[in-house]
Amino acid sequence: MNDISLALQEQVISARSEGRKIAIVGGGSKAFMGRQIEAEPLALAEHRGIISYHPVELVLRVRAGTPLTEIIAALDEQDQMLAFDPPQFGPTSTIGGTLACNQSGPGRPWQGSVRDHVLGIQLINGLGEHLRFGGQVMKNVAGYDVSRLMAGSMGTLGVITEISLKVLPKPAMELTLVEEMDAYRAIEVMNQRAGLPKPMTAACWSQGKLYTRLAGAASAVDATANHWSGQPLEEAEQFWQQLRDQQLFYFTGDKPLWRFSVGSAAENPDLDGSWLIDWGGSQRWLRASAELESMQDKAAQMGGQVALFRGGDRSSEVFHPQPLALQQIQKRIKNSFDPDGVFNPGRLYRWL
Amino acid sequence: MSDAPSISREQLAQQFRRFINPEYVISDSETQKPYECDGLSMYCEMPMLVVLPETVDQVQEVMRICHQQGVPVVARGAGTGLCAGAMPNEEGIVLSLAKFNRILSIDAKARTARVQPGVRNLAISEACASYGLYYGPDPSSQIACTIGGNVAENSGGVHCLKYGLTVHNILQIEMITVEGDKVTVGSEGLDSCGMDLLALLTGSEGLLGIITEITVKLLPIPEQAQVVVAGFDSVKKAGDAVGGVISRGIIPAGLEMMDTHAICAAEDFAQAGYPKDAKALLLCEVDGTAEEVYEHIELVENLFAELGATSVRTSQNESERALLWKGRKSAFPAVGRISPDYYCMDGTIPRGQLAHVLTEMEKMSEHYGLRVANVFHAGDGNLHPLILFDANIPGEFDKTEEFGGKILELCVEVGGCITGEHGVGIEKIRQMPVQFNDQELAQFQRIKDAFDPGWTLNPGKGIPILKRCQEYRAISTETTKVAPQ
Ligand SMILES: Cc1cc2nc3c(=O)[nH]c(=O)nc-3n(C[C@H](O)[C@H](O)[C@H](O)COP(=O)(O)OP(=O)(O)OC[C@H]3O[C@@H](n4cnc5c(N)ncnc54)[C@H](O)[C@@H]3O)c2cc1C
Repeated sequence: MNDISLALQEQVISARSEGRKIAIVGGGSKAFMGRQIEAEPLALAEHRGIISYHPVELVLRVRAGTPLTEIIAALDEQDQMLAFDPPQFGPTSTIGGTLACNQSGPGRPWQGSVRDHVLGIQLINGLGEHLRFGGQVMKNVAGYDVSRLMAGSMGTLGVITEISLKVLPKPAMELTLVEEMDAYRAIEVMNQRAGLPKPMTAACWSQGKLYTRLAGAASAVDATANHWSGQPLEEAEQFWQQLRDQQLFYFTGDKPLWRFSVGSAAENPDLDGSWLIDWGGSQRWLRASAELESMQDKAAQMGGQVALFRGGDRSSEVFHPQPLALQQIQKRIKNSFDPDGVFNPGRLYRWL
Repeated sequence: MSDAPSISREQLAQQFRRFINPEYVISDSETQKPYECDGLSMYCEMPMLVVLPETVDQVQEVMRICHQQGVPVVARGAGTGLCAGAMPNEEGIVLSLAKFNRILSIDAKARTARVQPGVRNLAISEACASYGLYYGPDPSSQIACTIGGNVAENSGGVHCLKYGLTVHNILQIEMITVEGDKVTVGSEGLDSCGMDLLALLTGSEGLLGIITEITVKLLPIPEQAQVVVAGFDSVKKAGDAVGGVISRGIIPAGLEMMDTHAICAAEDFAQAGYPKDAKALLLCEVDGTAEEVYEHIELVENLFAELGATSVRTSQNESERALLWKGRKSAFPAVGRISPDYYCMDGTIPRGQLAHVLTEMEKMSEHYGLRVANVFHAGDGNLHPLILFDANIPGEFDKTEEFGGKILELCVEVGGCITGEHGVGIEKIRQMPVQFNDQELAQFQRIKDAFDPGWTLNPGKGIPILKRCQEYRAISTETTKVAPQ
């Protein structure tokens, strides 16, 4: 348990007055994401600890530098979970970085994302002000939703110091079905199954196999499993964890990893490289050496966006380009939080 | 801040009539009358003009002209809002989205629908029903309210405990900026690169742009749903029962509570068979597959009995389920029948504070000599105290408002907030400084500046102006208050 927010605030204020730039670092496990930047690290790792946790209220309040492992261990004791099942790209992954990078696991289409479960935050803005938005209650529509705005902002708006989250009970039972099929057919089946009122919580296609996870009341899981094709997968938990944390064989090697966030039913474009389809079709990974421009067109045809998630050239743009009007809005928002551009300059886009 | 617009009503109307059907440019006060307020009829104002464009191009042109002339623009859906968010601005126009009432496409496979902002919430679910799909958030006003208004308020409903608020159920919006530019925010995917503008715009109360199209997510209609209605002889026991359900690892589709006044009013109105002698009533809906519902309903019934329920009744078929919900869903109009007027509050609290807050509220109720009926989204801590009053008694509305303000302050004090789903609008703007300090409010103001530097979009609502704009500072004293008809 450690509250170093005052020290953090002082560092921001002095950086601002001396015209220095800050790179916010949680656990450093997502350093590979976003663009490469030159700035002085501001470490959040010491700003950690669970501030309060009320299982009956389903609310958890933690400092942003708290490692996910610590949070999950506390929830485990109460048979509860972070329903967004955040990736742990390393043992040091923090909850703050998870929100800033908007990272959620394979269950995302059914169980929601980190942004869906955020109830409130505290944030140090570029003026060095420590501000509080949202709260510890499930619903709050007073003022703009600054808490969720942070999701995907990659630290460009401020230092998140504290996060309140909605937590959920763990399902009584989980079971994964696996069967062989090609990608085209898998997209069909995933979407078809997702349209049925059955307790599905994940669907992934990898290396010629479709994996469907069921979770909920034991009776419901069993009845659905009996009804659907596919064989029960042993060590299923390990499969989903390795998928989530990018430890499957698919993710090894240096080939650039592209992330397509697209319409769940979109047809897979014909591209050189190998695909892995997650999130019931909404998140697709591609290992390929390619240019952002060409990927961008493909993603747009699929109703969504693309990012160079890992590897490749990280000095150019790595995220889907934004139209001018949205660039302008985001620059102005950045300016409203961080007028001197202290935080993570260029981490998200060169122009931000 | 822009100065008051110099263009006259007639000049502006003339400009609009060049590209909008003249019938839909309303300048006479008689035809304007229905637009003078939203669902919170205590706050009224007549606008300069009401316009009802029919195409996005027309909306863009309206925005360009208003931007040029510094004319305030108040977007309007169905006008069911409960915070005076859609109340007109005397010097501005009301931009009604009523003509945008088409469902543009339904993608049953990907489970999405593209709709115009004026489509009614319930109409989406009706249109998708044949695909076995529906739209999740179900405000009690869903027959009338529009999806555009829902996005602007981040509306919830009785099922948002399990299925989320509007923000959790939309993928993409098309928005017209104050300058008249068209932007698309979000995508058909579940997230987009960069900061989450979709979340920022959801619940922004028409202060940041005009929403002209929405892509919503659709959910499969549950195989089965059943509701358990349980009466309790104390609010405390009912509150504990709510915690009990959640502790057992069940997330009900809906978990609602009503107190004595609300039970009696709803029962007289809907004849749902509620126990009128109960001090508190819980409605707990469980949905899912047939097996799951069977399993969970039994659990919930036993738990309620164990925790001291004086009556437990479970719906056995769809019509009984609809009847049991009818009482709850018509609670507002029902309360409207037992009192000349009522004033609906919308604070949220940590659930554990319920008994304390209700006790405090009872004390205040005695102090002010005004009755309160409570309807409560118990699962997610969202209170709707309905203060009963008579606007014809001089001074009673002022007293009511003061009482309401005190309730909201109490909510903040126990760790909650001033509005869970109805929005700030004009109504709660005076409580914003209770929930937020000056630095936080200034940050909100700078966000507003980022979208609308001239503050012409829905001015005077949502975000109080502290220091920079003297004319708005006196908002709490200047706001027109007219007794409801
Ligand atoms: C009986 C009753 C029950 C209710 N129950 C609930 C409930 O259970 N849950 C709940 O959350 N709310 C509830 N409400 C409140 C209300 O219905 C919601 O706030 C609803 O979303 C408002 O929709 P509307 O179309 O009527 O919007 P309006 O009242 O017309 O407008 C609301 C706000 O949105 C803005 N706006 C509208 N359309 C647009 C647009 N296209 N672009 C930009 N801004 C826009 C307006 O400027 C205004 O600020 C209830 C209201 C009533 C009267």
